[in-house]
Formats: sequence, structure tokens, C-alpha cells
Amino acid sequence: MKYMLLIYGNEEAFTSIGADALTELIRETDALNQELFESGELVGAYGMADQMNSKMVRVAGGAPVVTDGPFAEAKEYLGSFTILDCDSLDRALEIAARNPSARHWGVEVRPLMHEANIEP
Amino acid sequence: MTDWQAVRRLVPEVLGALVRRYGLFDACEDAIQEALAAAAAQWPVEGWPDNPRAWLVTVATRRLADQVRSDAARRRREEADAFRTPPPPSGGEVSADDDTLTLLFLCCHPVLTPSSQVALTLRAVGGLSTAEIARAFLVPEATMAQRISRAKQRIKAAGAGFDLPPPAEQAARLGVVLQVVYLVFNEGYTATSGARLVRAELTAEAIRLARELHRLVPGDGEVAGLLGLLLLTDARRQARTAPDGSLVPLSEQDRTLWNAGAIAEGVALVTDTLSRGPIGPYQLQAAIAAVHDEAPTADVTDWPQILALYTVLERVAPNPTVTLNRAVAVAKVHGPAAGLALLDAVSADERISASHHLVSVRAHLLEMAGDRDAASAGYHEAARRTTSEPERRHLLTRAARLG
Repeated sequence: MKYMLLIYGNEEAFTSIGADALTELIRETDALNQELFESGELVGAYGMADQMNSKMVRVAGGAPVVTDGPFAEAKEYLGSFTILDCDSLDRALEIAARNPSARHWGVEVRPLMHEANIEP
Repeated sequence: MTDWQAVRRLVPEVLGALVRRYGLFDACEDAIQEALAAAAAQWPVEGWPDNPRAWLVTVATRRLADQVRSDAARRRREEADAFRTPPPPSGGEVSADDDTLTLLFLCCHPVLTPSSQVALTLRAVGGLSTAEIARAFLVPEATMAQRISRAKQRIKAAGAGFDLPPPAEQAARLGVVLQVVYLVFNEGYTATSGARLVRAELTAEAIRLARELHRLVPGDGEVAGLLGLLLLTDARRQARTAPDGSLVPLSEQDRTLWNAGAIAEGVALVTDTLSRGPIGPYQLQAAIAAVHDEAPTADVTDWPQILALYTVLERVAPNPTVTLNRAVAVAKVHGPAAGLALLDAVSADERISASHHLVSVRAHLLEMAGDRDAASAGYHEAARRTTSEPERRHLLTRAARLG
């Protein structure tokens, strides 16, 4: 089953823990990702570029219109996400708990839609 | 022979022969994948060999030797001697059939997680490439390659040899093998989108593995039961998805699309195995599938028979899904009020109340009882809770039909 681990925050929150702690957090995250890759459970882990780089694409009258943003008013935006393919929700939660961000900002775990048996 | 499926069927036999001669399951398994890749590249161009099995053994042995020599050189060891002094065979003549069975037990070793067991079985017994398995499970090839390589490391670390498990352990280990085959089948059968064709290959592969197991262990009722269950379920494949990919429930399927040959074979297996006992969960599920498949229309389904089978199944292998299915059968036989009463009685059980299926089954029974508003609300609630895309679509359609 596939799960998405999402980490939200903002520049202020990410830097508030101090340079050393941030370096350690990044090192720990990299080590965890490496471990999950080696166990064959990591589908992908991605950090998001700052939201100042986001673009919005809309199609109006058949032609794409690209605008900057959206610059969310929310205090926290999506900072990074990881996609796992593991055996159970329990395993996904266990991995989320080992993510160092769980000690600071929390890690949101969401199942990705999958194909399940619904035969009577 | 110019049939690639038939070539893949040689894989366990060739792998067994190599492992038996050289040990090194891990390296032998890689060598056979390399030989298969070489065959796929060469045979269509240079023509098929007269004896594909011998060709695969020769090429795989050469690849294995290359690998062991380079490993030895790199590590400055002289273990390539292994090739000059092959270990003695572990007692007596061993048949290719025993090797296939041993390989299945090894790939489904209890130290592995279910997803690793599935991946390794598909590669080492099914002869599928890592890329094919990765595509079927919609993960990157590198992820699947790691999963397989980790699985082989774990088997090695567990000290598992290439021998059949001791007789006392075989029943439990066979249970794991059956579970793995069933997982492979479900992964393919429940796919309605994405890499649909690749995944349909998984159902065919699962049936092939179950057939092979039934040939190797003909006296085991649960093996026969699993093969019957897969055949009887797969028989409905053409009818269970609409052209737009949405699911068609059993009661609304066009039964003329069902595969009569597969049903006949499945029913024969079930009939034969039930007369021999002892009876296990796969046999019971197969018997239930057989009752459905033998009804020419949904209206004439023998629900009392299905209810009786679910009652036994719940005793033999209790789990929330079985209980909920029994509630549906109770509703069909004794009316929706009786089914709803049973749901109320069992929903105190935490395992059952946690299942989103409880909500969808209750909605279904409320619809049968004519309570459209409550049914619609239930379908919406179940659609929010499910993590299956086709199921969500199905539940929302049911809700929309009620207006």
C-alpha cells in the first residue's frame, strides 16, 4: 500500500530550531531516506521549492494562462513529501515517527488511493 | 518451442539445478535473470535454440562464473574454487519438482515481509524481470530492485538452505506460500486502471503458480481450494468492469460473459476437495464462489447455501470481512432487518467497527430495506472512508442512484 508523508512549515519555523539542529535534521532525514530506499519501501522523497516559485495554470477559452502563485495566506505551506510503498498503515506510521520532523512540526500521513477487492 | 511463457516456466527448474550445484542462491538468481535477458535479446534474432533449458543453464552458469570470479578478484579471495569442487548434492536424486517447491518455500520465507515475498516469488519462480514487477506494482524499478535484493540478503542472513522445510513446518510454510499466491492474484484482479494489461498478467501468473502447486502437492485440500477460488473468481473478470473502467457488482454482471471453462474446472476442484476434508478457508471461499458462479441469474442464487458456508467460514477463519459478508447473506435469506440486527450485534467488536466496509454493508442493507435517505448517507460516509479509488467511485454511484 502506498502512503504519502507530508511535512508542512514555513521559513521561520524551519530556521527557528537553529543552524546545527537544522543540519542534523537534514542529515537524519537523508539517512532515513537511504535506509528506506535500501529496504525497497521508498518510492520517492521530494523537497518543495519555495512557494515563491509556484505557478498556476488555468485553461481559459482553450488556451493555457499561467500566473504566479498562488501565495497561500496560510501560515504553513507544503515543505516536502515522501511517498512510501509498505506493508501496512502501522509501518507507515512507524516510519513517520522516525522522521526527525515529527519531533518539531509533525508529519501528516495520508493513504494514497489504491485498488482494493470489494467482491461480495 | 517459441513461446516465452513456456520459457519462463523453466526458470524454477534451471534455478534449482544451479543452486543445487553451486549453492549461492542470491548469485544464481541474478545469473538466471541475466540469461533470460540475453535470451530475449538473442533468440528473436539468431533463432530459438533446440533446447532452451540447456541454453539457459549454460549461459546462466557462465554468468555465475563471471560474477564469482570478479567478486573473488575484487575481494582477493579464492572462492572461485567453488567451481572446481562443487559441493556434494544433499543426499540422493532430487527432482525438478522438488526444486520448484523448495524455491517457493524459500521465496516465501517467514523472515520476509509480504511485499518482499511477493516480489521475490514473481522473479525467482515466475521468471518476471524486476522492471516487469515494478511496473505491475506501480513503483520505480530501483525501488523494486532494492526490495528483491534486500529479500535475498535476509534469506541469506537467516541461514536458510536450499532444502524443503522439515515435515513439521511444512503445513505452516505452505500456508504462507498460498497467501503469497493469493496476494499476487488480488494485486492483478483488483486493478481497474493504470497499467491494466500488465496487472492482468499477475492474475494469470497467480493461477499458473496455484496450478503448479496443485500439481506438486495434489493431496492438499487448501491448495486445491485456492486454485478453485482463483479460477472461479477470475472467471467473472470480463463482466466485472464496465467499458468506462467502473466496477460492476456481482448482482448486475452479464453472466454470459463469464468463463464457463474456468467455472467448470473450479467447481470440479471444489467438489473433489470438499468430499475429502479437512476443510480450510480457501476451500470454503471457493465453495461460496462456486455457488455464485453456478447461478444462471442473480435472482436464483442459492443464498441459504452461501449463508451456511459463511457461517462455517466465520468459525474456521474469523475476520471482519467474513462477518460482514455473512450479514449480507443473512439479509438475502431472512430479510434486511435480520441483516441489520446482526450488524448492530457485531459492531461492538472493535475490529469490525473500524472497517469502512461496515458502513457500506449497512448502507446496502438499508437500501434493501427501502430506507433511501439513510442508505445514501451511508454510501457517502463509506466513500469518504475508503482508500480504494474504484470502490469510492462505486459507492458514490450507488449514492447518486438513490438521488
